[in-house]
Amino acid sequence: MPQIAQLTADNWYLASQLFWLLVVFAGIYVVIGRGMLPKIEATVDARDRKVADDLAAAKAAHAAADTLDESYRQQGDASRAAAQKAVADAKDKAAKDAEKRLAKVDAELGEKLAAAEADVSAARSSAMAEIESVAAEAASELVAKLSGVKVAAADAKSAVKAVLHG
Amino acid sequence: MAAESGKIDPMHQFEVTPLGGGFNLGGHEVLFTNSALWMVIAAVVLGLFMWGGMRRQLVPGRWQAAVEGFTGFISNMMMANIGTEGRKYTPYVFSLFMFILFCNLLGMLPLGVLGLHPFTVTSHIAITGVLALLSFSIVLVVGFWRHGLHFFSLFVPHGTPLPMIPFIAVIEFISFMIRPFSLGLRLFVAMTAGHVLLKVLSGFVINGFNAENAIIGSVVSLLSFTLMIGISALELLVAGIQAYVFALLTSLYINDAVNLH
Repeated sequence: MPQIAQLTADNWYLASQLFWLLVVFAGIYVVIGRGMLPKIEATVDARDRKVADDLAAAKAAHAAADTLDESYRQQGDASRAAAQKAVADAKDKAAKDAEKRLAKVDAELGEKLAAAEADVSAARSSAMAEIESVAAEAASELVAKLSGVKVAAADAKSAVKAVLHG
Repeated sequence: MAAESGKIDPMHQFEVTPLGGGFNLGGHEVLFTNSALWMVIAAVVLGLFMWGGMRRQLVPGRWQAAVEGFTGFISNMMMANIGTEGRKYTPYVFSLFMFILFCNLLGMLPLGVLGLHPFTVTSHIAITGVLALLSFSIVLVVGFWRHGLHFFSLFVPHGTPLPMIPFIAVIEFISFMIRPFSLGLRLFVAMTAGHVLLKVLSGFVINGFNAENAIIGSVVSLLSFTLMIGISALELLVAGIQAYVFALLTSLYINDAVNLH
């Protein structure tokens, strides 16, 4: 095994190995370990921080959007409720108006009807009176023609009245 | 078969050979070796890989995402094992993990096809042992610096009955002192074993085709080659896992030092 044979036999072997190992490893430690590594680590740290910050910002934006959405929803609900109320009020009012007008029209019609009825009954009573007098005249004429008896007008009238009114 | 032929030595790949450029350092001769060359290659490749991920864009490209995957992997591991204080030790554990990973993976490159010889730096106990000792020293320094002599309470787990304390403490102390050896040996052995196995199988492939009995030799070669493909995939997995285990255990040991029990 040359690694151990040389270690004990050759004078230059160990000194050369140690010298060059220390030179090379010290160089790596100083240039790479102390020089390059911290810069690379700083880059990685900066990236991690940036990613964390961006994530936090995104989360905050998400939360803001959520609250905005919620407020929009509440506003929408409120305006919808207001619109529904307005519609209900309008409906209510319209119904009330219609009722009032209907009642007015109803009353007018009732008055007209009553006036017409009164006219009719007046016409009927006058017509009835005329009929009575015509019938009494006719009856007294008939009696006179048939029997020659003159009937007093009053008698004829009362007789006709009795017949007409049962 | 490979050993018999005398041509293919599975251990040859681990030999450190000087490439020149020697100088004297405190009485020891220091040479630029193939091991040093592959360490430098690993460092350069790692540097290029990291540099490609330095664009620092908010939305990462593929390369940046790959680099950030590695850094995130280690920093998450440190965070999970140690807590927020683990960030202090992330540069060390990250350097360790990436260096071991790149050395492991570069050693797996099939450059032999081109006539080059890739060298697995982490297959040497001298390297892994030093890295393990480095981790162990950090644990000791951090532990004594933060907790002083109270650090010795690490050897007495919470809720140990009083008469058991001497025995438990001895066992805990031994297991604590074994840590650097197990840490270094694990990586060294895993890398060495995998490369020896691959080299032996590749020796089978070559010697099978050269065998006198062409039919049996070809069957052996093809079977060995199929096995090599599977084992190469397994070795890639091992390369990643061993680097991870080294970094994970280091982070756990540092956690002991930082938070005690």
